[in-house]
Amino acid sequence: MTSDLIQKYMVRFYIAMFFLYLFGPLILMGVTAFNSPTFPTAIPIDELTMKWFSVLANDKDMIKGIKNSLWIGLGVVCLAVPIGLAAALLMSQVHKKAQSIYYMIVVSPLLTPGVILGISTLVFWDRLGVWVDADYDSVFYSGIFLSVIGQSTFISAYCMLIFLSRLQRFDRTQEEAALDLGATNVQVFWKILIPFLRPAIGSAAFLAFLTSFENYNTTLFTIQAESTLTTVLAGKVRLGTNPSLSALAVVIVCITLVGAVTHEIYRRREMKREALAAEAAKRAADIADKGMAPV
Amino acid sequence: MSDFLSVFLAVVLALLVAPMLQKNTDTVWANLRQITFVKKNGVLVSTYLLGAVFIWVGLMIVAPQLYMVDFSFRDGAIGGDPEAYTLKNYSYLIFGRDSDENLFNLLHLQIFLKTILASVGVTLLAFLLCYPIAYYLAQSTKGGTTRLFLIALILPFWVNEILRAFAFRILFGSSGVINVVLMGMGILDEPIDFIKADIAMYAGLSYAYILLMVFPIYNAIESLDHNQIEAARDLGSPWWRIHYRVVIPYAKPGIASGCTMVFMLSAGALAVPQILGGPSSLWFTQIIYDWFFTGGDWSRGSAYAFVLLFSCIIFVLAVMKFFKVNLGELAK
Repeated sequence: MTSDLIQKYMVRFYIAMFFLYLFGPLILMGVTAFNSPTFPTAIPIDELTMKWFSVLANDKDMIKGIKNSLWIGLGVVCLAVPIGLAAALLMSQVHKKAQSIYYMIVVSPLLTPGVILGISTLVFWDRLGVWVDADYDSVFYSGIFLSVIGQSTFISAYCMLIFLSRLQRFDRTQEEAALDLGATNVQVFWKILIPFLRPAIGSAAFLAFLTSFENYNTTLFTIQAESTLTTVLAGKVRLGTNPSLSALAVVIVCITLVGAVTHEIYRRREMKREALAAEAAKRAADIADKGMAPV
Repeated sequence: MSDFLSVFLAVVLALLVAPMLQKNTDTVWANLRQITFVKKNGVLVSTYLLGAVFIWVGLMIVAPQLYMVDFSFRDGAIGGDPEAYTLKNYSYLIFGRDSDENLFNLLHLQIFLKTILASVGVTLLAFLLCYPIAYYLAQSTKGGTTRLFLIALILPFWVNEILRAFAFRILFGSSGVINVVLMGMGILDEPIDFIKADIAMYAGLSYAYILLMVFPIYNAIESLDHNQIEAARDLGSPWWRIHYRVVIPYAKPGIASGCTMVFMLSAGALAVPQILGGPSSLWFTQIIYDWFFTGGDWSRGSAYAFVLLFSCIIFVLAVMKFFKVNLGELAK
């Protein structure tokens, strides 16, 4: 019995250590955001200050980087979500023999290091630009455009996986019923498939934006003369730095905490609504059965 | 230029010819199928589906990768002939310059080997760290608690990779928390340079990809019927044998998936080595970066990138063989 108890405490201890490892560095970084020394220092606490937040707000490079990141994120959402959806819808329609090859090709970007996706995008579009004799300020050499393309290469695959898992629960007979009742293919697509996939579209867009916003490896190669939040950050961290970066981390954590909580509440509500709808449908079916029985 | 054109046309042709080959084998049937595809989806939706997937697969996945490989066999140095094929970018990685004293390019080869071996090490470390947590969450906690733990696991990963590495720099720096505490307690007389010793980098790398290890394993173990573990225990199996004979074989796809992702991300990591790596030790991706932006030889950079990609493919195939899983189970 005592050995059981020891084991139990060992497990507890391990879990505590694990989460300490997970959160410790971030908490310490948070502390440095409020500490006054110019070199980020967690202990000893010199003097509590908010000045690093105003340093952050006045950092022009950073603001510009954030702006570019937002635009790129938006572009990725517009490109990767429709592509992921199309790829997922096509999956079940590809011929059986070709299916495994198709799958292999479309998930390969997930198993390819990000730097390689960035490099291949960069050299390919550079060459395309030479080939069509494009100007240096055309899209072929635009850091923003190339970053959108490079990031979408693998983010589309994430989106596709999200759609695939949602499509597994799709009842194909709904489509057939609509077609039998005289709906056109486009109507079926917009009125049946898309509403069914709406939660997945939301998740895919959210994930795509976030992944794009955080991406560094691919972007570093495709961005060239422009900058994004991550490339600005990396440049600053490498050159040695001040605690305004910690302040940025605090801001990001706060925003994402709010975002995560909202997402969680929304998801719970959605799940509850779905459960209610399912129950109502079942009850209606029961009543219909009973009502029909005597007749 | 014309070479580029030919590569590009070859890709387009391959994509066009593939369905036509099918047609040749069974023309009528293929025609019918093509019509059913359009019939089933309507013209507009069919165009969207095929168009989007063509842009993605053709212009974003296949063509750039093929072109990068083609490009890596060219002479990209200033003054070189960009049209001629050459092996010199690859031979540089192995042999270095002709004028060098050593036969081999020891510096780059060492860095390459270090990157691969260290990534394997980081993968193992991440597995050892994450397996107990994944098992505990999947089998020993209940609904609400599990969700709470999972959210706690995800939370640190909302913070950007670079800021996470920055946090480790604060922790391990010479006036960082660890050194200050150890010196304050009188254990150390002078600070240890964790960054120079690469300790900070390995800690940062295994930290960075924990999530990608925990979740696949958690998902795999979660569906294991707890009765199987009970049965093994009732039959007198010690805890380590339960894991070795029951849980790990069952969780194999998840473990394989986690290991592949962590290896790939570690070997391809750039931010963590840039920020936490010692000044004298480089990661292979850093050499690639240097070829592109300071060395100014894109071809050689592409060749190095292809070597990295090739190593990752080998690793994925080895994992698939070793764990006897297929690609569908890996990428979930």
